[in-house]
Amino acid sequence: MPNDNIASGFLPGQDLALLLTALAGQGYRCIGPTVRDGALVYDSLDGVEDLPSGVHIQQSPGSYRVEFNQGKRLFDWANGPQALKPLLFAPRELLWQVERSADGQLRFTQQTPESAPTAVIGVRACDLAALELQDRHFLETEIPDNCYGVRRHQLFLVAVNCTRPAETCFCVSTGDGPSARHGYDLVLDELDDGFIVQSGSARGNEILAQLELQPVSAQQRNAAADATAQAVDMQSRQLPGRNLRDQLFANLDHPHWEEVATRCLSCGNCTSVCPTCFCYRELEQPALDRESSRHYREWDSCFTQGHSYIHGFVVRPDTRLRYRQWLTHKLGGWHDQYGRSGCVGCGRCIAWCPVGIDITKEVSAITAPPE
Amino acid sequence: MKPRVAVHKFSSCDGCQLAFLNLGEDLLTLFELVDVRHFAEAGPVDPSAEVDISFVEGSISTPDELERIRQVRNSSKYLVTIGACAVAGGLQALRNLADSGEWMAAVYASPEYIDTLGSVEPVSEYVKVDMELWGCPVNSRQLLAAIGSLLAGVVPREEHDSVCLECKRQGQACVMVAHSLPCMGPVTRSGCGALCPGVNRGCYGCYGPCEKPPTEVLAHWFTGLGQSDEQIAQRFLAFTPEAPAFYSTGRSRLTSDD
Amino acid sequence: MNIATHYPHEAEIIERCQESPTIFSLVLQLTDPAAAGQYRFTPGQFNMLYLYGVGEIPISIVSDPARPGQLIHTIRDVGRVSHGFSQLRVGDRIGLRGPYGRGWPLERMEGRDIMIVTGGLGCAPVVSVINYILRRRERYGRLVILQGVKHSNDLIWRERYAEWEQQDNTQVLLAADAGGEPWPGFIGPITVLFEHARFNPQQTIAMMCGPERMIHASADVLIERGSRIEDIWISMERNMQCAVGQCGHCQFGASFVCRNGPVYRYPEASELLAKRGF
Repeated sequence: MPNDNIASGFLPGQDLALLLTALAGQGYRCIGPTVRDGALVYDSLDGVEDLPSGVHIQQSPGSYRVEFNQGKRLFDWANGPQALKPLLFAPRELLWQVERSADGQLRFTQQTPESAPTAVIGVRACDLAALELQDRHFLETEIPDNCYGVRRHQLFLVAVNCTRPAETCFCVSTGDGPSARHGYDLVLDELDDGFIVQSGSARGNEILAQLELQPVSAQQRNAAADATAQAVDMQSRQLPGRNLRDQLFANLDHPHWEEVATRCLSCGNCTSVCPTCFCYRELEQPALDRESSRHYREWDSCFTQGHSYIHGFVVRPDTRLRYRQWLTHKLGGWHDQYGRSGCVGCGRCIAWCPVGIDITKEVSAITAPPE
Repeated sequence: MKPRVAVHKFSSCDGCQLAFLNLGEDLLTLFELVDVRHFAEAGPVDPSAEVDISFVEGSISTPDELERIRQVRNSSKYLVTIGACAVAGGLQALRNLADSGEWMAAVYASPEYIDTLGSVEPVSEYVKVDMELWGCPVNSRQLLAAIGSLLAGVVPREEHDSVCLECKRQGQACVMVAHSLPCMGPVTRSGCGALCPGVNRGCYGCYGPCEKPPTEVLAHWFTGLGQSDEQIAQRFLAFTPEAPAFYSTGRSRLTSDD
Repeated sequence: MNIATHYPHEAEIIERCQESPTIFSLVLQLTDPAAAGQYRFTPGQFNMLYLYGVGEIPISIVSDPARPGQLIHTIRDVGRVSHGFSQLRVGDRIGLRGPYGRGWPLERMEGRDIMIVTGGLGCAPVVSVINYILRRRERYGRLVILQGVKHSNDLIWRERYAEWEQQDNTQVLLAADAGGEPWPGFIGPITVLFEHARFNPQQTIAMMCGPERMIHASADVLIERGSRIEDIWISMERNMQCAVGQCGHCQFGASFVCRNGPVYRYPEASELLAKRGF
């Protein structure tokens, strides 16, 4: 019997499809992790069979490998190259357009993106922490971002607590994982034979009420707790948990910045995969007939020359200054601007750096007390 | 008065001119907006016409071409080179790396009939170039962006970021990281839409060097991925051998093989 | 109707003035009466001006806030967009959104002596301040204007400086790194002017804009002479694209120049000012 007061319960593995059905019934398009081109990416789910059954992922600095095994688990991996960022802060999108009449008058129209209610399955604790930061940046401000807001308000989040962090993960040290604590509508603990499901919102309760959940046994709770404890132990990398602003700004001339620059490609992959990086540039695309023009934005990176260009002068002309800008902002400036570090410990910038630069090691080298 | 436009061809495969012909409906609009004085592949022929904008495809490899490019420069207010050949020599500039006299003697029965310059050079080696559009070939989007700016009376915006940003915006997973493929994306200028990584291949570098390309850092990483010096040299020299940054990294690896 | 949003509104060029070979001013009027009627700004704030089919640039507003219906923008022809603007004529339509950022706290400065320090080719953010003060001369004490340029030929608005100098209780001092004849000012960096400036450091509020090194050096002199650090205000410049603190380009330490600036109290900016890479 469905019960409105149920806040948690056990969902047998074979019933996961019912969750997707319930979400679809509420009008949500379901998105979840799928394997594509050698990586886990969020894509539309037609059914549970699209989820990555028996997939493990090996991640190390500059390397990411999807491996298939005989296991039946669906969420037995850490993360893919992108968190929720592209679903909300689109890599490229139209902001406004303008039409010009024959006598030169201009008519501007703001664009509101088309967006459907979307449920994302398999969201990680680090992704939620990053989402909270992006919300702060794009929405909790005097002039909230229209495009981001439209999508954000239609998002339903099904988190899955992480049981197999990658070698590159360090969310324990940033305080953001491996378990989701808030910001989700539902959260799952994956066990061998099913999921402990718990609601985190009124909308989550509505979905929960439609599932035939069983009571959670003490054994199941213990298994979930053990898996979390193990996930904590598996993490060896860490960023110092404290506010690094003063230490980083006290070391602006540290020789290690230059040392990193000799290895860094300045390609911006780290900023592209970072779930909290928000820089974008605006660009114009006029119609050839000059009767209308479109104004877009697209992801930018502090690793480009254009990022710091002011009429004829580039504030950050070289890689040393760009890497230093990224790190001092992410780990320093963010504390003042957003009340916490801009790093959530997801490790993407380490794995997806083509040359394997490791933020945790570079920070240690720069902030280490002089010998 | 409509702006007068010419499209000229030098040593090249004609592929960049196709970026005009492939514009579809925009091509008809373009022909209405501008006065196309010379564009042999599309019809109008008047190579010495005085024009506001010349688009130049191809590199300079013969004495005749050298004379012709100087004429084109003199008869054009604004000169845009299009494609790898025009901006950085292109494939045919590979002969600058070899003993081309020896090759000619081996291939042709009467090599004395062949009249070429000692080396194949980008257009900018001989005349002032106002803007360069990189790519092998350039694409229609680049051409439209440049033409759009010129028609608006402003200098076109230069694209010089690396392919990587474009690749990530397309939602591609990095092929170097996921497949250990050597990819020229980090040192190559964007504009192509990250075509090759989009089909799980490493970038071939056909758009030439991006702004401050870290070529040595990347070449060193390629070595770690098991690439030989010769393979690395081929990556850097294939399309834009006369682009200085690619030339020095590629050439130095050829020498070390000797 | 707030037009300090993400997209522009139509404005018409109702006057155009060529100030020097490379500097021109556009007087703009919003064409939507509702938008025009509610538009208010503070000197030191800026608008994003949109050139049709090309893009936007941030330009500070130099006109008087008491006349928000006619917005004057002084622009230097230095880039692709500003050059495009230089080609426009009276009657042409452009896009405008704003005002953005924090302006000079002029009301809080009433009753104080004012020192203006600027470098470079005529600094629009402080021209608005000078005009503002001169129109309300009785509310402020002594006014000292220090202007530095690279070469004496770079100085525009010479007649304005001459005019300002004639005002009561006002001193104007000019310095050029290099000069040709005739040059009514000094030769050397702007800091040489402080020896000749007659002002009471404790009573004076300083407002500065221009090259960051110049600001830094001038602030050092002022502090040495006994000015309070919190009485020094500066206007910053960075790459700005969204103007609402979201695109990240104008990141400066822990602030966005477009939103937290462009006017800063000196202690808020001094740590990273003129520091390479920030």
